[in-house]
Amino acid sequence: MLTLSGIHRRFPTGTEALRDASLRLSAGDFVALLGPSGCGKSTLLRLIAGLDWPDAGTLIWDAGQRPVPGDIGYVFQDATLLPWATTEENVFLPLRLRGISRDRAQPEIAAVLARVGLTGFEDARPRQLSGGMRMRVSIARALVTKPRLLLMDEPFAALDEFTRHRLQADLLTLWRDLGCTVVFVTHSIYEAAFLARRVVLMTPRPGRIAQELASPLLENADTRLQPTYAGFVAEITHAMEAALA
Amino acid sequence: MSLRIAPIFFGLLALFGWDIALRAFAVPVYIVPSPGAVLGALAADPEGLLLSLASTLTVTFVALLVAAILGASMAVAMASSRWAQAAIQPWAVALQVTPLPAIAPLIIVWVGNPFASLVVCATIVAFFPLFANTATGLASPPPELSDLFHLYGAGRWKTLLLLRVPAALPYFLSGLRISGGLALVGAVVAELVAGSGGFASGLAYRMLEASYRLEMPRMFAALVLLAVAGIAINYGLAAFGRVVMRRWGDA
Repeated sequence: MLTLSGIHRRFPTGTEALRDASLRLSAGDFVALLGPSGCGKSTLLRLIAGLDWPDAGTLIWDAGQRPVPGDIGYVFQDATLLPWATTEENVFLPLRLRGISRDRAQPEIAAVLARVGLTGFEDARPRQLSGGMRMRVSIARALVTKPRLLLMDEPFAALDEFTRHRLQADLLTLWRDLGCTVVFVTHSIYEAAFLARRVVLMTPRPGRIAQELASPLLENADTRLQPTYAGFVAEITHAMEAALA
Repeated sequence: MSLRIAPIFFGLLALFGWDIALRAFAVPVYIVPSPGAVLGALAADPEGLLLSLASTLTVTFVALLVAAILGASMAVAMASSRWAQAAIQPWAVALQVTPLPAIAPLIIVWVGNPFASLVVCATIVAFFPLFANTATGLASPPPELSDLFHLYGAGRWKTLLLLRVPAALPYFLSGLRISGGLALVGAVVAELVAGSGGFASGLAYRMLEASYRLEMPRMFAALVLLAVAGIAINYGLAAFGRVVMRRWGDA
């Protein structure tokens, strides 16, 4: 789908956010970008989304894969909903920005809200929803355009652990059902091990890609109690310690 | 409940103390009138005073409307172009820090029409909070939301219309509440400066007139009406803001 090679990014402040980062994304992938704060994971995500540009290096989309608006869904750490808009209006936003009428969008909005479990909350405003539900609205908003690529920047970091576990499991179900590619930024080893098919380890100052690990978990092994899961967590932990040393 | 009646209780106590003090020190009515005398002056010519109040309030509301339109549209202009921002901002601040009594005589001479010159004066005072608050509100959406609009291909105008303007609404409304009181102050100051050369019908002019004639009760009656009008404007605009905000989704 996309090949990034030799990406460099230095901010005007002088911070070297990324040095020589290369990464390949295939259709249907679930990649976790894992690392401590300041390792350039969010910068990498913004570069993929086209919200930022590299100083050197290339981003090459495979033939016919170059995204148009709506092909990329983006979920931020905060739900970043419009506070004055209802759930339905917030989810409608990406379609509205592309000039699609409310009537035409209605079936799609209803379907995506059902998918994230928000049926019945169409008319609620963000402040009437819990943090987990707001994040569900945010995910529904990212999915409503049927994106081929879903970029998520620590979306569950601010949630309590029980809500986080629920949303992680639901995200995996969504990913399997929708078949889109997911790039998921996180600083949690457990989260990366649970979600991703591939875990990309990143180290800070300057931000670099240190190593890539493939998940040994079976596609539908939904449990955190499996020895394979514990083993993968241990493998990532050792690799991360080695990379940071 | 007790908190609600607290200001009324305090007011009555002050009136009572005022009355007692006047009697105790035998203060003549042409220096400080008693509350009863003020009430008497109100009752003696309610129509004249209320007509004057209506005149001052007309100036106030026209000025508030003009300030709201000018302030909001200049803030939007500033938000949509960095060049406009660089051009407008220092002049808006200059306008705000210039004392109205210092420029009111000039405005009255230049504008000519008494009503229009009072409106211009009051607008100058009411303009800045509306302008500054709206500008702050337009810049308030988090960068992530701007990124999201960009990601979905929204241009500058769509972002302004669907993101920045609605985000600015609560800021605009609190600016409106501040400016409501200021517009009244501006109208009164302009009337005082204009004196008999002005519109010659507002409450401030009635106060001037009464003070020249040493009719202190009438002057105080006008003052009481002004204070009541100021409070009403403040509460009225606050209620208006709440109604709008409820529709905005801040229930």
